[in-house]
Amino acid sequence: MAATYETGGEYIKHHLVNLTYGQYPDGSWGFAQSAAEAKQMGFWAIHVDSMAWAIGLGALFVGLFARAAKRAHAGVPGGFQNFVEQIIEFIDNTVRDSFTHKNRIIAPLALCSFIWIFLMNLMDLVPVDWVPYLFSLIGVHYMKIVATTDPNVTMGMSLSVFAMMLYYSLKCKGVGGFLGELTLHPFTAKNIVVKVLLIPINFFLEAVALLAKPISHGLRLFGNLYAGEMIFILIALLPLWAQWTLSVPWAIFHVLVITLQAFIFMVLTVVYLNMAHDTAH
Amino acid sequence: MNINLTIIGQAISFAIFVWFCMRFVWPPVINALEARKKRIADGLADAEAAAADREKATQEASQTMTEAREEAARVLAQAERRAGEIVEEAKVEAEATAERTAARAQAEIEQQEQQARERLRGEVAALAVAGAEAVLRREVDAQAHAKALDEVAGRL
Repeated sequence: MAATYETGGEYIKHHLVNLTYGQYPDGSWGFAQSAAEAKQMGFWAIHVDSMAWAIGLGALFVGLFARAAKRAHAGVPGGFQNFVEQIIEFIDNTVRDSFTHKNRIIAPLALCSFIWIFLMNLMDLVPVDWVPYLFSLIGVHYMKIVATTDPNVTMGMSLSVFAMMLYYSLKCKGVGGFLGELTLHPFTAKNIVVKVLLIPINFFLEAVALLAKPISHGLRLFGNLYAGEMIFILIALLPLWAQWTLSVPWAIFHVLVITLQAFIFMVLTVVYLNMAHDTAH
Repeated sequence: MNINLTIIGQAISFAIFVWFCMRFVWPPVINALEARKKRIADGLADAEAAAADREKATQEASQTMTEAREEAARVLAQAERRAGEIVEEAKVEAEATAERTAARAQAEIEQQEQQARERLRGEVAALAVAGAEAVLRREVDAQAHAKALDEVAGRL
């Protein structure tokens, strides 16, 4: 495949551009034809490939699981129902271990993050050129099939979790409690004057800690998958006979990475929301 | 690498999928799992109860068996004792009957002997008288000697 590009660098760059739909500088709407054009479109553009793969895989996941859930019964489970039950039981145990409050949304949220991210990560194992090549045949020149290598996707999810963290913090602790948590820790003092003096320092530290959560949450997933994808692209630049010697071990190792990253995202979601519910501070 | 509307699109999709999971996926499966857990727990409890029942039944059966065996032994012993008693009674009765028969025979024998003796005495007396008569017809008066003859007859 690399032969159709002028240089390896161009090949890599081409594989890192999303199929972007947005407004051209002249005011008309359409797909960006180059990375520079996509950049120019600014915020009011959308990555059609990321969204399509994300929503497609999400729909596949909820469709299959809802089908199994609809047929769920207390008798002996069949093949796919058993599989779904295993996953749900696993998620349920994980949530029970790390979430100490009562909230009906947490377990489904964890399930959804885990399976959805896992499926999106799984697309990383599809050889890097297959799907883009198929789309190039129908005239679509950019196609990134691994939605989690798009920071918009991972940050979109982590910021959703962050919004929930803020909501439950305010709901469980109240405005005063939440502000107190942000300003009266980690440094405390008995003397009221010192206490007031410590407020800016505490607030700075706590604000950094709070904001670091969604950013690290989203970027961790993005970084791992982006790096993995990049290695696959680099391996694809090798001569054809040498590719499998590297891509097979990396793919095997990557099976671990994609599962682990999906799991980490889920666990952090649960842990962050548990912290948001904690009132004893 | 550009940050754009996709971030909002993803957040909306995420919210929708989570809502869908919460509404249609999680509750039915978790309920089924709970129901199965309960069913299994009930089954195990039933099995335990059944095992306890069986244990009890076995104990009762063995107790009944022991009682029956004791009863049988008791009945057997009683029957043996009774049999012994019957044999003993029969023996005693037989002995008594034999004794009685022997006594009766003895009495009869004695009686007949007595009768025979009486008759013999009478006959001997008559014979002696006849003999004496024949001897004395000529020389003694029967009446005069009757007393002496009676004495002789009495000594027989």
